[in-house]
Amino acid sequence: MFLPRFRLLIAVLATSLAGLSLHPHPALARQAAGARPAQALTVILPQARTPLPVSQSGDQLMVALDDLAPLFGLTLREDGIGGGLVVTAANGKRVLLTPGQPLASADGRLVSLPAAPARDGGRWLVPIDFLPMAIAPVTGTRVEVRRASRLVLVGDVRVPRVEIRQQEAGGVIRLTLTVAPRAGHQVTHEGNRLLLRFDATALDPVLPAVTPGPLLQGIRLGEGPATIAVDLGPRFGSYRASAATHDANSEVVVELVPAFTDQALPVPPPSAPAAEPLLNLAPPRPSVRTVVIDAGHGGDEPGASGPSGALEKEITLAIARRLRAVLEGRLGLRVLMTRDGDKTVSLDERAALANTNKADLFISLHANASLRPATRGAQVYFLSAAGAGTEASRVSLASGALPTLGGGSRDVELILWDLAQLRHVDESAAFAAILEEELRGRIAMNVRPVLQAPFRVLAAANMPAVLVETGYLTNAEDERLLKTAGHQDLIVQALLHSVIRFREARERGITAAPASSPAPNPSNPPAPSPSRPTP
Amino acid sequence: MRRSLFVWIGVMAAVVAAAGLGAVVLSRWLASGVEEPAAESGPAPVDETRKIKARLFYVADDGVHLVPVEREVPLGATTADQARRIVEALLEPPPSPLLSAIPAGTRLRALHLTEAGQAFVDLSAEVRSAHPGGLTNEILTVYSIVDSLTVNLPGLTGVQILVDGHEADTLAGHVDLRRPLARSTFWIDEDTPR
Repeated sequence: MFLPRFRLLIAVLATSLAGLSLHPHPALARQAAGARPAQALTVILPQARTPLPVSQSGDQLMVALDDLAPLFGLTLREDGIGGGLVVTAANGKRVLLTPGQPLASADGRLVSLPAAPARDGGRWLVPIDFLPMAIAPVTGTRVEVRRASRLVLVGDVRVPRVEIRQQEAGGVIRLTLTVAPRAGHQVTHEGNRLLLRFDATALDPVLPAVTPGPLLQGIRLGEGPATIAVDLGPRFGSYRASAATHDANSEVVVELVPAFTDQALPVPPPSAPAAEPLLNLAPPRPSVRTVVIDAGHGGDEPGASGPSGALEKEITLAIARRLRAVLEGRLGLRVLMTRDGDKTVSLDERAALANTNKADLFISLHANASLRPATRGAQVYFLSAAGAGTEASRVSLASGALPTLGGGSRDVELILWDLAQLRHVDESAAFAAILEEELRGRIAMNVRPVLQAPFRVLAAANMPAVLVETGYLTNAEDERLLKTAGHQDLIVQALLHSVIRFREARERGITAAPASSPAPNPSNPPAPSPSRPTP
Repeated sequence: MRRSLFVWIGVMAAVVAAAGLGAVVLSRWLASGVEEPAAESGPAPVDETRKIKARLFYVADDGVHLVPVEREVPLGATTADQARRIVEALLEPPPSPLLSAIPAGTRLRALHLTEAGQAFVDLSAEVRSAHPGGLTNEILTVYSIVDSLTVNLPGLTGVQILVDGHEADTLAGHVDLRRPLARSTFWIDEDTPR
């Protein structure tokens, strides 16, 4: 009785071991799970694009080494003894793979793969991440896998991601294109559509779902390799395009303005020239009438300090007072100071003072510090929106209130208060470039004279704004100079002449005033790169 | 009839138990010589001797740039764990002549990753209270952390620095820390020797 039962048990056990395998090893499961064919990826090379077949295995996209070999000039050789695979690049460097092991040795460096290589008939499948993790370092080729858009970028190709958002306010449709990394572009009006051509190999677009309307019919990829077409509706009148650069990204804003047809609005004479802007949000003639001077730090916040005891908050206040005297006395400007004493003032209050008083220029004065005592020289900074991804630009259009003193708020078109500066970055860059020139003739400049950074105090300023680091207090020579009235006056003179030049440029319309370029001029303002202005 | 039912129940129980045991044995056997891949969740034990090479960022000679230095960092079991180990390595006092942009005594309190790939790096209060001040110092402090994480873990989309468990406005009055910051190569100088 016992023996037959035991035999039965053995038989069933053997079956369960062979086929049932309740908890297989993960690597084995990946091999065993049949890879299903998936929609091919597109490989973009500098001169060509080609499909790359892939299969889905679990959560991994797998690609056959046979398909990669011609693309990257690889040769494959099975290692008969070890059962592994040797992938050799054209430069002789090698990648070693072992079946079942989610690891690769890329030119001697161990790389952890998200899944083990698997055999599929006579072919070897590797997870797609094998490309950037192992092939790229070995071949010295840049490889980027964009899963969401099913792209593989190889080598020196420019395929910016273009994310388009659509908003409507007051009858105007605003399209915001976030281009990452930034690429030059051109906007042209052809027939019943706008074409946005980017200086790129291809585009990786995220297009919004558009409900066809009287102003906008649709947004799609255009005919060119890097073109987006905006189909216009019958009510389209004109457009405005502007661009700004934020660190590695650029943002292009295209506003579609309807033609006037409502009876409530004054009907323009039929012969009115089309070039006249239909909606002009910019002040009629920008100038510089009110300047806010921000003496950095103060009160409980001393800022940087020097080896012989100079404090940033004292230096900045001394220069601020001298600057106020010359701007009021020589130019007759209205000048406001964010502090006129050793007072703690929050960064929000400083920007709010400028916004409340509708200042035309915001100058924040600082003195710098470095861990290297030899570092010296003045620097001029303006804002960069270095937010992660497109987050900063996404929220920038969400709300329209700026903080004003006393806790109230003032509506400003479509700009979130703490990123109000974004729309003025071009003008801020222009002022920074002028100021750098004026300072350079008078005092020592740092090796990096004009820079962009994400500043808390400048972000909320709704006017051109710069931050001046007048020198390094941690450098003994800079510290000594910054304490002298003569040196402070040199800085004040540079600021005075910069304000004069900026005011002239503004009155002549040379600086890039926000959103005032008349349609249908293709607008492609130069990136506010830290560079000298053209004379 | 009844007896054979008992027999069957006994047999099935034995089969299930044996199959489970068999699977464990089988997987061990198959895994022998194979290094266990790091589990994506849970505190997987990691061999402390395994290191990765990471590019950590320190203050350049010119005092206004960061320079990358390839250093060995313990392998992390997960991305979050790897991020933690990178920050911990960065917070260690570096060997001479490297100069850290982060105030001495700063500790990593916690590090979280969001699904969107944003890292929240919670540092102890020293990063602010012991900060020497000055815009350049502050920028280099912030971007030595942001870039050390985003350069070595390219899946990260941004890094937000928290101080003592709270969101911070700035470390020293200049750089806006209210949002995650993306990698910026603007502050990196690949050419300046250390």
